[in-house]
Amino acid sequence: MTRAARLLSLSLLALTAVSACRKKPATIPLPADVAPTPSETCDQACRDRLALDEKRRADSTAAANTARDAAARERALASTKAALAAPIYFEYDSDELSADARATLDAKLPIYRANPSLRIRVTGNTDERGSDEYNLALGQRRAAAVKRYITDQGIDGGRVEIVSFGEERPAVSELNEEAFRLNRRAEFEIIAGGDALVVPK
Amino acid sequence: MTFLRRRTPRALLLLLLWMPSRLVLAQDTTFKEGVRIGLVYAPGTKPGLLVLPVEGTAGDSVRAILQRDLTQGDRINVIVIEPSALPPVAVGEAKPNYPLFTKLGAAAVLQVTPNSFGIQVSVHNAGKGLVERTKAFPIPSTPLSSDWRLALHGVSDEIEQWITGVRGIAATRVLYVTGGRVWQTDSDGAGAVAITSSGTAMSPAWHPKASHFAYMTMGTTGQQIVIREIGGATRTLGTTPGGLNMTPAFSPDGNTIAYAHGAESGTDLYSTNAFGPEPARRITVGRGTDNTQPSFSPDGRRIAFTSGKNGHPEVYISDADGTSAELLTPYNFGDQSYRANPDWSPDGRLIAFEALIGGRMQVMTIGLRDRAIKQHTSEGVNEQPSWAPDGRHLVFTSTRGGTKQLWVLDVESNTVRQLTRAPSGARFGAWSPLLRSR
Repeated sequence: MTRAARLLSLSLLALTAVSACRKKPATIPLPADVAPTPSETCDQACRDRLALDEKRRADSTAAANTARDAAARERALASTKAALAAPIYFEYDSDELSADARATLDAKLPIYRANPSLRIRVTGNTDERGSDEYNLALGQRRAAAVKRYITDQGIDGGRVEIVSFGEERPAVSELNEEAFRLNRRAEFEIIAGGDALVVPK
Repeated sequence: MTFLRRRTPRALLLLLLWMPSRLVLAQDTTFKEGVRIGLVYAPGTKPGLLVLPVEGTAGDSVRAILQRDLTQGDRINVIVIEPSALPPVAVGEAKPNYPLFTKLGAAAVLQVTPNSFGIQVSVHNAGKGLVERTKAFPIPSTPLSSDWRLALHGVSDEIEQWITGVRGIAATRVLYVTGGRVWQTDSDGAGAVAITSSGTAMSPAWHPKASHFAYMTMGTTGQQIVIREIGGATRTLGTTPGGLNMTPAFSPDGNTIAYAHGAESGTDLYSTNAFGPEPARRITVGRGTDNTQPSFSPDGRRIAFTSGKNGHPEVYISDADGTSAELLTPYNFGDQSYRANPDWSPDGRLIAFEALIGGRMQVMTIGLRDRAIKQHTSEGVNEQPSWAPDGRHLVFTSTRGGTKQLWVLDVESNTVRQLTRAPSGARFGAWSPLLRSR
């Protein structure tokens, strides 16, 4: 290569480097797998821009991670609250806990254990068939059966209140078998310790 | 008469033409129990009564209320005739047209005349053509007021006693619950008024002197029993604080109150001094089952109640202290019957209750002597029976009109009439004892 040709090549290379630096606007994010590297020809301003881009990417990733973690926590909290509030259902004129009811109660137990200050009220309810007043007694028996099961699993009975509403507060105000089924239930209400709920691990 | 008809029909015809018409129309001359003023009528029939038009500013209301009361007593057949067809007969005037009244089917004629302090009532025996009884009744001066109505209902009841020997039940009131509040209405459905403030009330029960009533209020943490003086103060029964406290019932002497209390091991009956500080005494041992809805016998020595001790609700009776309990309503092994809400009749003969028949509650009675069960309703859901003081009528909750309302049942004829028309429905009817106007 002649000297003139070598000079021309170097000039073109420098020109290319400079023009490359100019063509990279800081506001356009690069794909994650194409991380820019400062070249030997990148001046301080170029390096600052690259560093700024890097920081922005890191911040964005951290924010995304934080949001993802927060969403996960929210989901876990919502799931915990849903488990706490999940009602259980009974057969007609019965206070026996079915396998499904026990499974629903079992899902609540870790939450009670993870939140020792949590206090709940169990409300016993019935469908509208039968004597209004006898149904209050039946609702009381249902709530008591739930409390008995929970305390048998090691939860302090002082944390569980019970009350019966009989047929007075139906979940579904219709007169059919499905409505009756949904109304024969125990519901769960947080009465203390629900503000800083800890999600069990 | 039979002898004459068989042997000499022509002579009989002549005799009938000769006899005064009132004697011809008298169908029976034998004495019937319950007849007090000389009217004669066959068992199972109702004597006809005609109420003459009443003069005065509220005369039409007086006549309408008396007619309605005597009709609703179900022991008298009130013959309703437009006032224009029967001009009033003033006191001291010539005798009413007895033959006309007997032809209209009236065994008795009621004549009501306003006076300076109320009304004067005369009952004419149309058959005999004479006045059987006359009495002056004080009536408050404000027509259609609550006290005026009650006084007039009392007049109706006394007239019914004169004629049939059994006092009427018009001067009574019925407690019930609508919209979470306790209301009371006159026995004819007039004068309905709320007597508790907002809340969730259930199960009102009268004190036997009608001076107080008890009821249950439901809060977010449980139920408690409140005793309220009519028009006066309230007191919460605190003998079993917390949990379920419901279905209060006063003993016939008014000193004791029995009720159901439930906590974590079933619901049992308790009793205590209604107005004193004594602790409550448990009178059933349900061992985790439900025992509710006590009702005292008229002598106060026994109670009827609902118990699920055999797996499903049935009616039991026991001594008032809970001993000697026996199943009152029979059932077959494996039977998933449901019988509840007993109410002991004031004459002690019957217990009314509700039973599940074909998936719907119906009002039943059972005889204490023969244990015979009768079903009195079949249309809609019918429950919560409560006896009137005459032991013949029941107020109960029924859906037969589309919504839950109170209806009145005559257990002898099974006829019913609607008592309430509350927009949000009515239930838990409780019939008062006989009331005296103040």
